[in-house]
Amino acid sequence: MPFSTLSKIKDRLDAGATTAVAVAKTYLDRIAAFNGDLNAFVDIDPAHVLEQAEASDAYRTKHGARALEGLPIAIKDIFCTQDGPTRCCSHILKDFHAPYDAHVITKLKEAGAVLVGKTNMDEFAMGSSTETSAFGPCHNPWDIERIPGGSSGGSASAVAAALVPAALGTDTGGSIRQPASVCGITGLKPTYGRVSRRGIIAFASSLDQAGPMTRTVKDAAMIAAAMSGHDSMDSTSVPDAPAVDWLGACDKTGMKGLRIGKPKEYFVDGMDTGVRAAIDAALAECEALGAEIVDISLPHTDAAVAAYYVIAPSEASANLSRYDAVRFGHRCDNPDDLLDMYTRSRDEGFGKEVKRRILTGTFALSSGYYDAYYIKAQQVRTLIRQDFINAFAQVDVIATPTSPITAFKLGEKTADPLTMYLSDIFTIALNLAGLPGLSQPCGFVDGLPVGLQWIAPAWREDVILGAASAYEAATDWVKAPINFGGEA
Amino acid sequence: MSWETVIGLEVHVQVNTKSKQFCGCSTEFGAEPNTQTCPVCLGMPGQLPVLNIEAARKTVLTGLAINADINLISKFDRKNYFYPDLPKGYQITQFPLPIVEHGYLDIPVNDGEKRIGVTRIHMEEDAGKSMHEGLDGVSHIDLNRSGVPLMEIVSEPDMANADEAIAYLKQLHQLVCFLDVSGANMEKGQFRCDANVSVRRSGEPLGTRTEMKNMNSFRFIKQAIEYEVNRQIEIIENGGAVVQESRLWDSVKNESRSMRSKEEAHDYRYFPEPDLPPLRFTQDEVDAIRAGMPELPGQLRKRFETEFGLSPYDADVLTQTRESAAWYESLAAAHPADPKRCANWMINELLGRLNEAGKELAESPVSSQRLAGLLERVGDHTISGKAAKDVLDIMMESDDDADTIIETKGLKQVSDTGAIDAIIVDVMAANPGQVEGYRGGKDKLLGFFVGQVMKASRGKANPGMVNQRLKALLKG
Amino acid sequence: MMDIDIRKVAMLSRIRLTDDEAAELGPQLSNIIGYVEQLGAVDTDGVEPIAHPHDIAMPQRLDVVTNVNRREALQAPAPQTESGLYVVPKVIE
Repeated sequence: MPFSTLSKIKDRLDAGATTAVAVAKTYLDRIAAFNGDLNAFVDIDPAHVLEQAEASDAYRTKHGARALEGLPIAIKDIFCTQDGPTRCCSHILKDFHAPYDAHVITKLKEAGAVLVGKTNMDEFAMGSSTETSAFGPCHNPWDIERIPGGSSGGSASAVAAALVPAALGTDTGGSIRQPASVCGITGLKPTYGRVSRRGIIAFASSLDQAGPMTRTVKDAAMIAAAMSGHDSMDSTSVPDAPAVDWLGACDKTGMKGLRIGKPKEYFVDGMDTGVRAAIDAALAECEALGAEIVDISLPHTDAAVAAYYVIAPSEASANLSRYDAVRFGHRCDNPDDLLDMYTRSRDEGFGKEVKRRILTGTFALSSGYYDAYYIKAQQVRTLIRQDFINAFAQVDVIATPTSPITAFKLGEKTADPLTMYLSDIFTIALNLAGLPGLSQPCGFVDGLPVGLQWIAPAWREDVILGAASAYEAATDWVKAPINFGGEA
Repeated sequence: MSWETVIGLEVHVQVNTKSKQFCGCSTEFGAEPNTQTCPVCLGMPGQLPVLNIEAARKTVLTGLAINADINLISKFDRKNYFYPDLPKGYQITQFPLPIVEHGYLDIPVNDGEKRIGVTRIHMEEDAGKSMHEGLDGVSHIDLNRSGVPLMEIVSEPDMANADEAIAYLKQLHQLVCFLDVSGANMEKGQFRCDANVSVRRSGEPLGTRTEMKNMNSFRFIKQAIEYEVNRQIEIIENGGAVVQESRLWDSVKNESRSMRSKEEAHDYRYFPEPDLPPLRFTQDEVDAIRAGMPELPGQLRKRFETEFGLSPYDADVLTQTRESAAWYESLAAAHPADPKRCANWMINELLGRLNEAGKELAESPVSSQRLAGLLERVGDHTISGKAAKDVLDIMMESDDDADTIIETKGLKQVSDTGAIDAIIVDVMAANPGQVEGYRGGKDKLLGFFVGQVMKASRGKANPGMVNQRLKALLKG
Repeated sequence: MMDIDIRKVAMLSRIRLTDDEAAELGPQLSNIIGYVEQLGAVDTDGVEPIAHPHDIAMPQRLDVVTNVNRREALQAPAPQTESGLYVVPKVIE
């Protein structure tokens, strides 16, 4: 049962074959047994989880089941919740309890979900390996000496090891898709504006978007359906977003007539040969399913990482100014004066990667450099968006590797931040363009999962879900790691 | 060589919406500290701004009233700096693309009018308040004001002395009051002014400017500008150079001091606010806002002159505020026979009495309807103008209407020809010599007879009628 | 490689840097900025910069007071308050 999909658990609950309490207990037991190895959860309150499960069972009896009735879902530590701490895995918020729920949390509660703890992440979602967490690194269940990806590494690790059947992540430059890829699960980043950002601690406001991390495509669709929708208190939440038949989109079995774009810029030298082979095989499978593979070009791909590392840190530098030790958050002991309070509290509260990003952003926005960096990056952003528009005139969907490499070893890339940044090379462009993307398992290299990334035009999550469902149905890459109870 | 002064003004006007610029907190003044705050205006993690559209509309209305261009697309930006009363560490404002640009105000100067350019009006949010007084080593922060909507109105450096600056500010103050876009109460900080001041010798390029801050009355602004002009001239005449800086006006010591501490390493790092899409208005929406524009002081003044035949002076006095213009119009409607009499009585008698009593027009114990009742009696000669002033005095202290007071105090003047003729006959009989003299051509004696008749009637005779009947009877 | 005044940037960011941190972060920052300088090679003549991924309309909030006083709950996470006021080291103007 632990490696069961969310939809199967739902079926069993709906059939009366199990209860929310029984399901919750199963996963709480696994968390108790395995979290020590993985450090996927940074906060877990079993009593509170059981309370929610009991309430859900009672609700079901009285009123019938809601969309996610009794289903356990873990929450990345970036979502504000009134219950328990919300710390964004940073010392600066080490004692923070949010006096409000994120909009998404409210929606999941209203759908009857049972919210399970807070998952580990890179501090303020800044990282690709979950090594910058203030609560210690998280581990990949396929090899605990390796990183689970990041920044939503805790959510990915927890789902991969079946400590929970589903989790929420956020994705600013790949933070859902890249950890999903290296942990062998499915991660969906919806179109920017599809899901409210209110109550999600901001990293880069024009890029951040929350989404589900699950075992299967349909599970992701179930959660996305419940998460999405307009929020009048988020001005970037789109009120008239084209609707998607989330579950209906997952009924696809073949790919007849589907035109899949294969961007040449994503298949270059320096890519892990095993990853390359897995993606080539996946595309061949798609062809076999009836799809047409079309060679396309996204000419500004190379500049995407550079544009991202101007725009994201710039927005972050301002977003993180509110951690000033006045209204909430860490304050240093016995400040000499106001300036000392600011500088010392922020020095003590922020980790190195967060400082690096704040400093990078501050520099890029500062007088004399703004035009050369920030404005230029925004122009490149326009070009990248246009690249995708041009491509989608030729194809329905784009397929690429999610990451050029599989999970690397803990500590392997921490010494050189720039190398770490370059591991996001395939995931960043679509955030800049605000497009939806999904990563799903498509093979293994030396026992480590490889992810296939799907990209669709804005608001066309249905196209992604259709293609990914068809691929998933035709293949068998959704696996469970042996050391955590999976079969050999 | 003579000195020229160049002044530009930045005015922060609090827009009088019920709720804040980006959240649903109240803007009510004077609440208990931090009771009008929410996660948004406290800048708590994950919280996002949503624009109060009414604040935007009022800013557009202000722009239209100064004949400015309304940018149908405007954008919000973040201005970054750390200060304990600025919760997010940035202020949401508008930098490269404000909602209003290129307007002007015509201000009265000695020899007519002078046009002062308004560079731009942009929308922004206010910061909270820091309090230091009486505290040892700490400051207290109240964030009730954090997020209150402001419009910053930036003028061109078109003013040449403190008087012009004050005239501009008064004109602007009057305008925002008339438009009902701001309470504009300076003591409550709803109308705040910073002045950029520089001096130069005639014909030379612009000098280095300083920014004068913290001037919360017209009087202080005038003092501060004059002080600054003198200070700069003195520096230059002594061979020094003016330093570009912000200076704080101390209204107790009557001097300004440098705020260099705050200037330290300023770099606001403006960039587009990613949490807010561009603000768009259609031309139709702008036209609808324009259609709802109230009459402005200048238009009202001209209408009062033509419609009511008032002098430019009277029209100006009565249109100083929306309230006084409305009061006058209601008075003139209730006493339509003589709009000039209405103006005279309102300006000279009513406002004078209110002023003495330290009361505002809104607090007047005499309503426009009651005053009109009195003026009706003056018009139909029931009482004399002199007696009417006494009646008004009584009205200020009681709720009685004019007729009741005239009746009970016996102030009705005698307008009955028979009664007046009888008095005249008596007076003529008592003064045969003067009658002789008048009839012999000494016209000036008429005044003597008027005085005698009025005295005999104890002031109640209608003076006009006395005049008329005297002339008739004296002819013989 | 660009020489960045890391101390000045840190001051603007209100982050204290120890000498060791400055020595480590300075070159890293130069390295990152050096990398993003490749943007300069992209031809962006006449290209409009975008700040938002989609061209969407500004939502319009009506002018209604919707929030009630929640001071106690909202100040619970504050490091120091007194009589409902946030307390900070003295602000010098």
